[in-house]
Amino acid sequence: MILRVNRYRPGVDDAPVFQDYEVPDREDWAILDALTHIKDTVDGTLSFRWSCRMGICGSCGMNVNGEPKLTCGTFLTDYSGPVTVEPLRGFPVIRDLVVDIDPFLANLSKVSPWLVREGEEPETEFAQTPEQLEAYKQYSMCINCMLCYSACPVYVLDPDFLGPAAIALAQRYNLDSRDMGDRFDVLSTEEGVWGCTFVGECTSACPKHVDPAEAIQRYKLTAAMRSVLPFTRRRP
Amino acid sequence: MSYSPPRDRLWFLRRRAYLVFVLRELTSVFVAWSIVYLILLLDAAVGGTLPEFWAWAGAPWVVAVNVLAFAATAFHAVTFLNLAPKATVIRLDGWRVPNFMISGGNFSAWLVVSALILWVLS
Repeated sequence: MILRVNRYRPGVDDAPVFQDYEVPDREDWAILDALTHIKDTVDGTLSFRWSCRMGICGSCGMNVNGEPKLTCGTFLTDYSGPVTVEPLRGFPVIRDLVVDIDPFLANLSKVSPWLVREGEEPETEFAQTPEQLEAYKQYSMCINCMLCYSACPVYVLDPDFLGPAAIALAQRYNLDSRDMGDRFDVLSTEEGVWGCTFVGECTSACPKHVDPAEAIQRYKLTAAMRSVLPFTRRRP
Repeated sequence: MSYSPPRDRLWFLRRRAYLVFVLRELTSVFVAWSIVYLILLLDAAVGGTLPEFWAWAGAPWVVAVNVLAFAATAFHAVTFLNLAPKATVIRLDGWRVPNFMISGGNFSAWLVVSALILWVLS
């Protein structure tokens, strides 16, 4: 099996170039295993991110044959012929398959992705019913792998767009019965939900079955209601 | 020093899903045309110039545009209603109404309204 890997070596390459590597076509190998094989035995200069190897950390996201994938969960047997591996689209490339994630982290922090409380600290834990948990649980499964950003043409064309994961994370807290924060000023903007043109590929790309497209469209409805009825607050 | 790829002006040709999305957005032009056409029809009906309007509407190019507009508007409406459940989460006593029921409700309402308009016009 041929792995066609996108290489970019700062100071050496002016622009990324493809380099072909032959790897054993093993049934139990994920793309990440093949990349590790190349780094260990063929070319130690190849750079890529990885950590848990089990679809939890979200580190090994790359474009495989043009589709954003977690390379630890994408197997060689899923493909026939040469497999093209490129860095995630929409992010500056630092080296080879490693992208700069600072823009993503900056967008995440804009939506205050934590429980915002007002008033005195509670003396006991916050109890929630199963229904209250269910309201936001789906959005809490995000592993920040950035595949949704790479799949989103809006983000790739306009890096100022907050992006699917950040907005889904904002909704994760908006829908949490313990949260008292108001993220309207960040979300109801052109860089927020109104920048989304509902391509829907963020949801298709998500390896954890989060539905960012749904989160964004739901908040559009909320934001529209808030705009029509500006005296309403998110929580009575 | 990081590398930022140049903007890809043909991004919508890279994946089938992008192309379908762009086609869906382009059908908005025909939706706008349909609205303008209906406004002209209403204006002719109110102003008593319906014969002139029908003469213009019968021109081959107007008929061709309207056939295209009908197909594009139907495509736009179907894709819009299929996407509606994404923005509409309805819970009844804790039970989340499934997406197909929301879509089904929208399509049913569309059919009822269309039948009503047809009945009024005929």
